[in-house]
Amino acid sequence: MKPKVAFFDFTSCEGCQLTVVDSLQTHVDLLDVVEIVQFREAMTEKGEDYLVAFVEGSISRESDEARLKEIRERAAVLVALGACAHLGGVNAIRNAMPLEDVRRYVYGDKADWYETYPARPLSAVVKVDAFIPGCPIDREEFIEVVKALLAGRKPPIPDFPMCVECKRKENVCMYDRGGQCLGPVTRAGCGAICPTYGDGCEGCRGLIPDPNSEAMSDVLVKNGLTVDDMLARWSMFGTYQQMELAAKK
Amino acid sequence: MGNVNIEVHHVTRVEGHGNIVVNAKNGVLEECRLDIVETPRFFEAMLRGRPYTQSSHITSRICGICAVGHATASLRATENALGIEPSAQTVLLRKLNFHGEMLDSHVLHVYMLVAPDMLGVGSVIPLVQIAPEAVLRALRLKKLAGDLCAVIAGRHTHPIAMAVGGFTHFPTIAELKALRGRLVDARADMDETVKLAKTLPWPQFNRETEYVALRKEDEYAFIDGTITTTDGGKYAINDYRQVTNERMVTHATAKHCAHKRESYMVGALARFNVNHDKLHPRAKAAAEELGLKPICTNPYLNTAAQVVELVHCVEDAINIIDELVGRGVKPEPLPAFPGKGGEGAGSCEVPRGILFHNYQIGDDGNVIGANCIIPTGQNLANIDADMRALVPQILDRPQDEIRQMMEMLVRAYDPCISCSVHFLDVRFV
Ligand code: SF4
Ligand code: SF4
Ligand code: SF4
Repeated sequence: MKPKVAFFDFTSCEGCQLTVVDSLQTHVDLLDVVEIVQFREAMTEKGEDYLVAFVEGSISRESDEARLKEIRERAAVLVALGACAHLGGVNAIRNAMPLEDVRRYVYGDKADWYETYPARPLSAVVKVDAFIPGCPIDREEFIEVVKALLAGRKPPIPDFPMCVECKRKENVCMYDRGGQCLGPVTRAGCGAICPTYGDGCEGCRGLIPDPNSEAMSDVLVKNGLTVDDMLARWSMFGTYQQMELAAKK
Repeated sequence: MGNVNIEVHHVTRVEGHGNIVVNAKNGVLEECRLDIVETPRFFEAMLRGRPYTQSSHITSRICGICAVGHATASLRATENALGIEPSAQTVLLRKLNFHGEMLDSHVLHVYMLVAPDMLGVGSVIPLVQIAPEAVLRALRLKKLAGDLCAVIAGRHTHPIAMAVGGFTHFPTIAELKALRGRLVDARADMDETVKLAKTLPWPQFNRETEYVALRKEDEYAFIDGTITTTDGGKYAINDYRQVTNERMVTHATAKHCAHKRESYMVGALARFNVNHDKLHPRAKAAAEELGLKPICTNPYLNTAAQVVELVHCVEDAINIIDELVGRGVKPEPLPAFPGKGGEGAGSCEVPRGILFHNYQIGDDGNVIGANCIIPTGQNLANIDADMRALVPQILDRPQDEIRQMMEMLVRAYDPCISCSVHFLDVRFV
């Protein structure tokens, strides 16, 4: 019997689920090894019996928590799919702003009609067994993670910094082009796609496990930057983590 | 004529979460609406205080499927606010990228979300068994669309190289030529797509409404233009609020819109109704083949209009590549911040219809205020009105059939509910 997998989403743009659909363009055989029992975006059938749950999106209102906990109870393995689920991602940008102000700005005097609370990653609510980083996730990495999970292996997510990958591609460093880049502290694995296309890394894949080990990175030293400078710039995807760090200090 | 009580929780095969509610007692419709239960997203609030260069990167994350569209509307709003004119090359590259997204989204909708309904299966997965060549065609077309976007901006979701005033990366002539070859080959797939669309049993249901789309005199408009309606309305993009008139409702976290009537429709069918005369001859022929004539008032045929647009986009993409290859693609530096802020609106026709972004930027280059109005939000009132007109016509049918007709109606609009939940109505002060 093929292992059953299901897809779920909370607050997100659904770009990671669409990337899953796209991964079928080159890996149709995926359907031979797993049975998809729930994928609201692509199918009507809804099976409630599954081994692996892939969950996209941040948790951004209290009433989402019960649904996520139910998924957690049913699934043997729960995987955070993409930066919203893994980090809080762009949804957490607003966490650094007064909540009342944010609500009134968007809904005016009707703000009370709509339920919300500060956005958070899945791991703030339930135990997460694995994550696939990125905004959006990388297609090939998704396939690799599925293979690893099916084989009972640890998903092969790199934990060295982006700069390593970027230099391998022989890109001209963004700092030498007058730009900025979070490459020295960001987890590799996307092929340094942003610098390759002329833009600085925004840290969507999250930090490497110990960013301070990169304090001596030649890019940082050469440009007179510190790891703290990097962390302070990590606000597009890392506001939730920035606030956690600040609360600890 | 009995009681009908339908609640479709989390309509499937649409983006985002919505519920359909239908209640009828003794043959009389009491209640009927599409509830939006998606979480509010607050994008506009999140832009405030951030550098103008980040707006398109943040707002593309409103929607994974219209990422290029949001980025483009965002860039146009920013450029209009700052008085920056994109170069002719930038305009061409943006249009080409836009066609890639239109292909990707329409193929997804036609083949993977709507065709299963019409062929009586629950999803694209059983379709692999009964119509494998159609599924392979869809995957092939989606791959072409994705590769096109990747050549121009790094990836489709979320584009990297699109920037205020230009691009940070440029395709090579060889890459463009390779794409051209694949687009020419895609003509055969387009013919097959039209053939497939012709065999689908489109539900018959007509209701007059107002159709709203951007219009340009020299092309089938996707980026910029004049807001034009089938009731004779014409507005500059800056005056978009006169069309949208957003209001909040308790059953949805998305605001509803109405112009002169109780509601209006945006999307492929609206574009077709407003701009039919600007379609490529091959697309016009496809429309004729499908029996689609302006002004078409059957919302289910929005999907057929998407098929017509697919044909148009393939042809126009070939033409744009020819122009780019003819003039050559040169790296162009991005314009510097002009030192002074301002306010501006930007608009484009994303797959689901007309989209507006409107920003106010301070003299320090940081965003002060933002407003985004998304197509699905504009369609919500029209979907509700269609449901109210449709249900009494089919009330004597079995409940399952009513449910299916309603779900198909909602899906025909290709709604992107996750996008439509972050409206606001700020007055800039
Ligand atoms: S991580 Fe990015 S691409 Fe994925 S759902 Fe969130 S915003 Fe979309
Ligand atoms: S800082 Fe960025 S651009 Fe420079 S080497 Fe590192 S990843 Fe590449
Ligand atoms: S380069 Fe950085 S921002 Fe870009 S995809 Fe990779 S991790 Fe994300």
